[in-house]
Amino acid sequence: MALKSLPPARGESSRGVNSRGVNGRDRAERRVAFRMTAPSLVLMALVAAVPIGYALWLSLNQYSVRTAGLSRFVGLENYITALSGPHWWAAFGQTFLFAGLSVSLELVLGTAMALLLNLAFKGRALLRTVVLLPYAVVTVVSAITWETMFAPNLGLVTNVLSTLGLPGGDVVWLGEHGYAMAVIVLADVWKTTPFAALIILAGLQVISAETYEAAELDGASKWQAFVNITLPLLRPAIVLAAIFRTMDALRVFDLPFVLTRGANGTESMSMLAYTQLRENRLVGEGSALSILTFLTVMAVSVVYIRFAGGNIRDIAKEEQ
Amino acid sequence: MSTLTTQRTTAAPAAPGGSPKRRSPRRRLRGEAKLHPVVWVFVIAVMGFSLIPFYWLVNTSLKKGVSLSKGELFPSQPTFENYLAVFQSPEFLLALRNSVIIAVVTTTVALVFASFAAYALARLKMRRKALILTLILSVTTFPAIAIAAPMFSIWREIGLYDTLLGLIIPKLTFALPLAIYTLTSFFKEIPRELEESAYMDGATPFMAFRKVILPLAVPGLATTAILVFISVWNEFLLAVTLTTSPEARPVPVAIAFFSGTSEFDQPLGTISAASVIITIPLVILVLVCQKRIVSGMTAGAVKG
Repeated sequence: MALKSLPPARGESSRGVNSRGVNGRDRAERRVAFRMTAPSLVLMALVAAVPIGYALWLSLNQYSVRTAGLSRFVGLENYITALSGPHWWAAFGQTFLFAGLSVSLELVLGTAMALLLNLAFKGRALLRTVVLLPYAVVTVVSAITWETMFAPNLGLVTNVLSTLGLPGGDVVWLGEHGYAMAVIVLADVWKTTPFAALIILAGLQVISAETYEAAELDGASKWQAFVNITLPLLRPAIVLAAIFRTMDALRVFDLPFVLTRGANGTESMSMLAYTQLRENRLVGEGSALSILTFLTVMAVSVVYIRFAGGNIRDIAKEEQ
Repeated sequence: MSTLTTQRTTAAPAAPGGSPKRRSPRRRLRGEAKLHPVVWVFVIAVMGFSLIPFYWLVNTSLKKGVSLSKGELFPSQPTFENYLAVFQSPEFLLALRNSVIIAVVTTTVALVFASFAAYALARLKMRRKALILTLILSVTTFPAIAIAAPMFSIWREIGLYDTLLGLIIPKLTFALPLAIYTLTSFFKEIPRELEESAYMDGATPFMAFRKVILPLAVPGLATTAILVFISVWNEFLLAVTLTTSPEARPVPVAIAFFSGTSEFDQPLGTISAASVIITIPLVILVLVCQKRIVSGMTAGAVKG
């Protein structure tokens, strides 16, 4: 993400000396660069900036499909309705609950998986393949898979629990808030932990063995080495995985859509906006909710970049 | 150059190069030592967590009637009826066709546009490069609902609602930045000397791109294509908001609305079968292109 954009491109420093005198070539290069980037930028403006601008406009109007295209400028009324009602804040809370639970589980499990994948043992290649499989699954299928695991009577987990006489065997998991949230989190953790694991594994592989040798000479135990060497050195990779995963988790839609249709208090921000827009045909309020979702996600990404800001400055310094 | 390399060199001043040559014997040493039994428990637990849900999905798809509702651990009378039902459903076949068209077209368009932009961003001198990259990357964090809501209104006005084209266009919003991001990091890895010699021979930057970089970037392009394809295939929110009929619905939406063959049927059997069918090609893709997928997923992350 933004972490990547700050260091200058590699060639700029190495070629700067040669080409400083050749201003003509610089200018020609800039012109080519502009022409090569322009199509993508124009296309992205059309498919990203224009819709969001239009959503902003829609959100300031009262517009109902029922009233056959008649719209009326109402200013911030849609936002006031949304922010003063219970639905937005419930969806907001549930989305953050989901993101907090799933991302922390994914980071812990992802780190554990990465440590296993970093060991040289017979079967490591097999482990890597197996771990990667859920990542390729379509999110909707991940939801269905976990629905089959927890369905009453026919589910694996529900059957095992009731055979063992444990609680949860006779629960309709998707029918109660806490249980339904657990299934949604599990479906997300199952599918996306491989992603976190691979990012963290890449970080793990560049920690040199010498660092550990030095620690061993100093008499550090394996656990001490992990806490005092591995974890601090892994921090940038873990932060990166956390950023990617959080941004994704805050946009959650597919899993609650398939598993509960948003029932039992599992509606996410995106789902609420969708429901108002498509099912209740409230274009104005739906757009206001989608803008609120957008602003929430952007605000969190700004906080993350601030948080990782120290890292970014260090890297930028090293580059120069 | 990279977040993590930087950390390594600062953390291990004794080994300034972090030389890979000295790392490999160490690795082999670790490999010779057998894994601790506790570690094996972890390995098996991770494998179980990854694989058991797949087993249960397949298991569910092979059962019908009582055997399904009893939740048998092994199907006592395995049947392919659910699969037959899926393949006889015109909705599912249409959805497959739609998904293939949408994913192929979106991936192709994104790759063509992105390869130009990524080359300029990876290699050429440019004003406001950092700003442009930041903008492109910030688009990948947009919630799709912020695009879907206005598109829903615009498409209904101009007649693109519930069409394949009406899905391809907004899907480009997310495919394009993903492609640019991944390709930029691949282009950066190609040694600069090759272009330098092309420049010596009087090539323009564009010729250097076409004649030198593109042929070398084929693996990177393939990787990017796979990642973009998977993400477009997987996308759900835009697809469910902007379609309403089987003629335009892609597979994930069709499965989400699949209601079984008859009202007396437990639909989960058929839905599982449909899920297995669309998962098989992706599993094969992972088995065949595992290295590519892994390198693509981590390319941008580690080798900024």
